[in-house]
Amino acid sequence: MSKNTTICRCSDISKEEIRELISQGYTTLEEIKRISRAGMGPCQGRTCGQLILREISSITGKKMGELENFNNRPPAIGIKISDIVKGAEENGKNC
Amino acid sequence: METVELLIIGAGPAGLCAAISAVSSGAKVMLVDRNDTLGGQLIKQTHMFFGSEKQYAATRGTDITKILLAEIEKYKENIKIYKNTTALGMYEDGVVTLARNDKYIKVKPKAIIVATGASEKVLAFPNNDLPGIYGAGAVQTLMNVYGVKPGNKVLMVGAGNIGLIVSYQLMQAGVKVEAIIDAAPEIGGYLVHASKIRRLGVPIYTSHIVKEAIGLDYLEKAVLIEVDEKWQKVRGTEKEIDVDVMCISVGLTPLTELLMQKGCEVKYVPELGGLVPTRNENYETSIDNIFVAGDVSGVEEASAAMVEGYLAGLCAADKIGFRHDDFKKLKKDYIEQLHSLRAGPESDKIRGGIAKIERRAQDV
Repeated sequence: MSKNTTICRCSDISKEEIRELISQGYTTLEEIKRISRAGMGPCQGRTCGQLILREISSITGKKMGELENFNNRPPAIGIKISDIVKGAEENGKNC
Repeated sequence: METVELLIIGAGPAGLCAAISAVSSGAKVMLVDRNDTLGGQLIKQTHMFFGSEKQYAATRGTDITKILLAEIEKYKENIKIYKNTTALGMYEDGVVTLARNDKYIKVKPKAIIVATGASEKVLAFPNNDLPGIYGAGAVQTLMNVYGVKPGNKVLMVGAGNIGLIVSYQLMQAGVKVEAIIDAAPEIGGYLVHASKIRRLGVPIYTSHIVKEAIGLDYLEKAVLIEVDEKWQKVRGTEKEIDVDVMCISVGLTPLTELLMQKGCEVKYVPELGGLVPTRNENYETSIDNIFVAGDVSGVEEASAAMVEGYLAGLCAADKIGFRHDDFKKLKKDYIEQLHSLRAGPESDKIRGGIAKIERRAQDV
């Protein structure tokens, strides 16, 4: 496979790099995210998540349904810390 | 913190119908959407709908939005609409955080309907990041919302209903569709759409995938290859076609991340597009007072999304103490409408998928 098959557009990670990580033993989405930053960009894994799971499935032989997804945590999209601070100031003690 | 009775996240077909249903039951609603126009995907659906009269059959998606917004207008004193507002987080203590332009807002609703829809699936093939390779949703947005032609010669990847309908819309806009391909051995969409396109001279190649895209600064060619019944590439079957647009229409996957943050149970159900929340017949998830409607609860057509919205809105309002005068009659009607929309042989997969996520019926 060619090197320029893009899996993670946000962090520019190729299919070859993902397959290399899986063969090194990083066989969950969460591990691959932590070591490569795939899924940590603006799309938060909405684009690459499925593609990475498919690669894990094809290399490990595990079915898609048996594989674990990313841990989902807020915020779902990027937000400036200054906006959060401003929100806290305006809302007073409730924040 | 703003006080909210019912928060609806997403103002597409499901969210708009949920809002109408809940507010006509007497609940006060906050409806948020990340876009600056309401209607979700409906605003780019210039084609007429199938289904029956109750789901606005023979009406164009763009006109359905107008009908629904006119209905919402009648209840405007009880609906707070926040456009340009993205839900960021759903927390254990019931708080939901929203980003509205540059404002960070916290709300604590009594019930929530998540109607976030779905996102497009993508494909991994060499040079899949070349300019000119779009999702079908992006092509529809360019053409039908902004009036911009995406290019001149198109390869459509995916012969489901979206792929077929967008192909036809491209032709109406004067763009040449060189071919439609699908990895599956059969066309996934309705045959009436497929025949219409074939009559106009566009070949539909089933059991074909994209082997690679070729181009220096933008897409110039696509290389196709046949696959066998085990989805393996058949050597020597490559064909090259000159295209400057590749439109990827290989299905959608539910946008469940807010539900997963909250800890709602989800299951992997490929028939419904991927990870899907489990729910009861009222469209309430595994967590009390968190409801779902539309594609986020399993990818289907917009007609089903609207009926699911009406049903979830009715039941969510009831759950927080606002029972519609015709509650029982309406609920029965919505459930029957969903049954009839999913009755045909082409809905076998959908029915099989729903059987995996529907929890035992509750007494209401």
